[in-house]
Amino acid sequence: MLNPTLHLNQKVFDKNVETETTRSGYGDALEKKGEENPNIVVLSADTSNSTNNTKFIEKFPDRFFQCGVAEQNMAAIAAGLGVSGKIPFISTYAVFSPGKNWETIRTTIIYNEANVKIAGHHTGIVTGMDGVTHQATEDISSLRAWPLLTIVVPCDSHEAFRATCDAADIKGTFYLRFTREKTPIITTDKTPFDINRAQVYWLSKNPQATIFGTGHLLYYALVAAKELAKEKIEVDVVNVATIKPIDEKGIVSSAEKSGAVVTVEDHQITGGLGGAIAEVLSRNNPLPMEYIGLQDTFAESGKPAELIKKYKMDDVAIIEAVKKVIERKNG
Amino acid sequence: MVEELNEEKLKDLELKANDIRQLIIKTLCEIESGHSGGSLGMTDIFTAFYFHILKHDPKNPNWEDRDRLVLSNGHICPAIYATMALSGYFPVSELKTLRQIDSRLQGHPHRSSLPGLETTSGPLGEGLSQAIGMTLAGKLDKKDYRVYVLTSDGEHQEGNTWEAAMFAGKNKLGNLTQVIDRNNIQIDGYTEDVMPLEPFREKYEAFNWEVIDVDGHNIREFVDAIGRAQSTHQQPTIIVAHTTPGKGVSFMENDYKWHGAFPDKEQAEQALKELADIRKKIISNY
Repeated sequence: MLNPTLHLNQKVFDKNVETETTRSGYGDALEKKGEENPNIVVLSADTSNSTNNTKFIEKFPDRFFQCGVAEQNMAAIAAGLGVSGKIPFISTYAVFSPGKNWETIRTTIIYNEANVKIAGHHTGIVTGMDGVTHQATEDISSLRAWPLLTIVVPCDSHEAFRATCDAADIKGTFYLRFTREKTPIITTDKTPFDINRAQVYWLSKNPQATIFGTGHLLYYALVAAKELAKEKIEVDVVNVATIKPIDEKGIVSSAEKSGAVVTVEDHQITGGLGGAIAEVLSRNNPLPMEYIGLQDTFAESGKPAELIKKYKMDDVAIIEAVKKVIERKNG
Repeated sequence: MVEELNEEKLKDLELKANDIRQLIIKTLCEIESGHSGGSLGMTDIFTAFYFHILKHDPKNPNWEDRDRLVLSNGHICPAIYATMALSGYFPVSELKTLRQIDSRLQGHPHRSSLPGLETTSGPLGEGLSQAIGMTLAGKLDKKDYRVYVLTSDGEHQEGNTWEAAMFAGKNKLGNLTQVIDRNNIQIDGYTEDVMPLEPFREKYEAFNWEVIDVDGHNIREFVDAIGRAQSTHQQPTIIVAHTTPGKGVSFMENDYKWHGAFPDKEQAEQALKELADIRKKIISNY
């Protein structure tokens, strides 16, 4: 069942479940934190509208810097602002930033400890019809090896709002991962958000497997859990919003409760959430694992729901992976 | 505004520059590593900044009203380290720890390691953008500090440099001054052979910059150019400093092979002898 202590959206399983983009939560949080803290500034690379900076720009035009289509410049200008006491958010599509400007971020932001917040938009195959060139699916793995970085992948617009507020308040470099497409609302504004902790969203008495999900696909993980319950297969579903630093203790204890693990992410299965969980378990208690995500391939253009189905990231694929991992555990 | 130079001050600066060149040679010879050419070539300019132009306090490196000096081409850090040491940021004896384990003097500058460094650099083409960020922050905070950024000619082959040039011109950043080390060399050869960069003047003018050409070894000319930059309010300024890589050491001058090389003991002795002769000439000239 949905964890009753977390005030999750009770209508999440409705046919007409409310949907919203995570980038809208980001935009609302920027406006709020912008009011509270005059040091917050925003930079964009010709994508200020589509990455939801509009509310901030309207209210604080002097604190917005349009960089044009120049992501390296944007990152390094933000670094200069950051070391001068500002709290810069750099905002564009993730394939461009942190994609195109990876080394600029490494040198001038991360190693330089410049306190910049990197908002990566249009991530995952749900970016949809724009095609592979615009679907960021390697961003987590290409950043996760960096020290001094926090990586958060919000599961819905509420969580995106909370994560953005935390990024503004906490000193240090953040990577926040957002989606273009509207996705189901899983939490409510009463759901507690703790950037340091993974949280069990679907709770069972005797779970046979643990599903660790991050980002919008958590919805499909919950749908899968509910379906599996009908077949008397109990699972837990854990929301791992913060991928780095990862909640090692929480993940080990959840995984040990069932003894089998499935990871779910709209990202390549190499080096993302799945990789992070595998590292944690191999250090503590290696358990059988299955990985939902892009299986070392690129996707294509298409409608988000079609892509999720074709590239086996939906509830059907998750159910199959759960059954397989339980079989491996018992085998 | 930068003070005009009297004869005595000029002599003092020329002698300081000579001291710094000797420190660079001694340091690189001792550690058997580091970039000689660009370091010696930019020594006069570093000297002018740290001992005359910059509003700074070596004992309070985080003073918020200080001028910012951003070194974009981090590989010439032996020069900035030696200059910072002489101006009191850290003991001169620490120079021999450059590039060694447990040192604050990283092989390429790391801001968090050494108070007084404004940025982390080495990968090229990123300093101008960071200097722009510092200039924007100063504007937002209504501070009147100035931001100076030292770049190389070679790093103008990086697209990022031109992205930044475009941004600074558009935003009329009058508090920003770039000094380009126009020494015509890069690792693989002469810049105009590797990838032609000229004409700098016309390119920067087209990007709405004020452009001033100077002899990068004529401290008076350089200080005058800084004065002009300071009174240019509606445009960023670039001072194209024509320098001689390896300046002061005959066998290093204008030879691109010395871009990334260090002197051995014998070469260092010869270099120090030549620099000592130059020192004598400076004293007798005034």
